[in-house]
Amino acid sequence: MPHFGFLFAAYTLVWVALFLYLRSLASRNRDLERQLGELRELLERSGRVSPGDEPR
Amino acid sequence: MSKPSEQPGLPNALFEVATLLAMLAAIGAIFLYVPDDALQGPVQRIFYVHLAMWLSTTYPAFAVFGVASMLYLWTREPQWDRLGHAAAELGLLFCTLGLATGSIWAKPAWNVWWTWDARLTFSMILWMIYAAYLLLRTLVQNEDLARLLSAIFSASGLAVSYLTYKAVYWWRSIHPAVIVTREGSSGLPDPRMQITLVVTLIAFFLLFLWLMRVRVHTARLQEEAEELRATIVRA
Repeated sequence: MPHFGFLFAAYTLVWVALFLYLRSLASRNRDLERQLGELRELLERSGRVSPGDEPR
Repeated sequence: MSKPSEQPGLPNALFEVATLLAMLAAIGAIFLYVPDDALQGPVQRIFYVHLAMWLSTTYPAFAVFGVASMLYLWTREPQWDRLGHAAAELGLLFCTLGLATGSIWAKPAWNVWWTWDARLTFSMILWMIYAAYLLLRTLVQNEDLARLLSAIFSASGLAVSYLTYKAVYWWRSIHPAVIVTREGSSGLPDPRMQITLVVTLIAFFLLFLWLMRVRVHTARLQEEAEELRATIVRA
């Protein structure tokens, strides 16, 4: 008996799981890059108005 | 403040292309090149990906996890902790897929999805070690305790990895010994089967290395964000 269904199920499971994991990693990375951008901007702005700075 | 995270360059792109080509070669070999097993028929082709889940990914992940945890304990450099954590996460993913593909193969071959055979039992223990480590890492905030946990889990993981591999030789087991049989010969008599297995193992090892790079990059970004947040709070 060939059991093609089991063969199909095993490979589909592997590819779907890898695809979902990669997608979650990519989304985590995008989110972190965006957060980093916002934090750098915030730090630049807070640097300009820090107590040691001369008032403009 | 930390340096901005590195951008992926040409070597990274070449590595990605090599991984993709190796994966295509593995898929081609599994579905177009290798002959059917005389006894099991086409379902035996599950073995190539199932073996790769263990030999190319789960075991190397535990080795990296173990070595990185020890190096972190020794040097206290955060890069080793990042590497160990990334390896544990990938190890859990591939260990899960290894158990699942084995179970899917077991149903037509043994007529059961699962049996408490020595290798299967050790594989399940290995999965539990990975899962428990990652769960505790998210719950434990104390850094010293987290380091201690990493060391305990990685050391026990390395020991159980070795037992998992050796189980089919040391105990009575219905799990086949594919690479080297209990009698010492190859479990894959046809050279095309051996070539397909080697190509698949290489392809998944490259995939594992590439995923490690991506996951370590994610951890670095996370650390950078935390450092920036701390700098803003201090400012």
